Amino acid sequence: MPVNPDAQGRSYGPHEPYEVSRAKIREFADAVDARSFAHRDVDAAQAEGYADLVAPSTFAVVIAQRAEFHVVQDPEVGVDFSKVVHADERFTHHRPIVAGDEISTTIHIDRIVSRGGVSTVTTRAELADLDGAPVATVLSTLAVREDA
Amino acid sequence: MSDQDAPSFEGLEKGQIVATREVGFTRDSLVRYAGASGDFNPIHYNDVVAQSVGLPGVIAHGMLTMGTAASVVEEWAGPGNVVDLQCRFARPIPVPNPGEATVMFTATVGSLDDETRTARIDVTVELDGQKVLVKAQALVSCA
Repeated sequence: MPVNPDAQGRSYGPHEPYEVSRAKIREFADAVDARSFAHRDVDAAQAEGYADLVAPSTFAVVIAQRAEFHVVQDPEVGVDFSKVVHADERFTHHRPIVAGDEISTTIHIDRIVSRGGVSTVTTRAELADLDGAPVATVLSTLAVREDA
Repeated sequence: MSDQDAPSFEGLEKGQIVATREVGFTRDSLVRYAGASGDFNPIHYNDVVAQSVGLPGVIAHGMLTMGTAASVVEEWAGPGNVVDLQCRFARPIPVPNPGEATVMFTATVGSLDDETRTARIDVTVELDGQKVLVKAQALVSCA
């Protein structure tokens, strides 16, 4: 079944804010082979001008994917997660993410296109701090096969 | 953004290679990334599930590949100076068990903007000589 084209334009959230911990930044940095001491040592991070441990630039996906889950889980959108492949991804950072940040996310379904047995769903996650100041914008496109 | 760790704009030239890295992705790498990111799609750890959806077997998370590409750029650029990062996932990286998938990352200056003092870094990511990411680009804010 194709993804429901009428879901284009929907928004979800913001949901409970995500608290960025030092432990998660270190764990994520290890997983993506990010080698800067500024991900691991608070003194090193502060010496480079950050308030606390700085996150690798794709760390925002940890927060954005939690929000994308609301889209994938919505039965009215109709994404079959077993038939999904990741097509593209883009991060625009309005400022670096650091440990101690509390980040809320609103996710928008920007575009749904169905063609040749494949639907592509583009979501835009807007990450903001508790004052509403923008932190990052994460664009993600999933390709969903309609057959097999 | 942090001026302290930003690379100097002066002296950069289009076509200059700023960083390279060879990384061996193993099943361990995938489990570690799953835990760190919260992406527990079973195609990244379960061969039966991966094959049932038409894949040759377990494949790496696209975001592990993109995240590693970002790390290669950030080792040169400083972690907080990548202001924009994008890529298209062109082909999957099958990860054998046992063994590893050896992936080559090369970061090159793609273009320079004098006005904003930013450098566009193009990252080539290859497995067995074939590109796995397309249009992998990082915009770096320089000092």
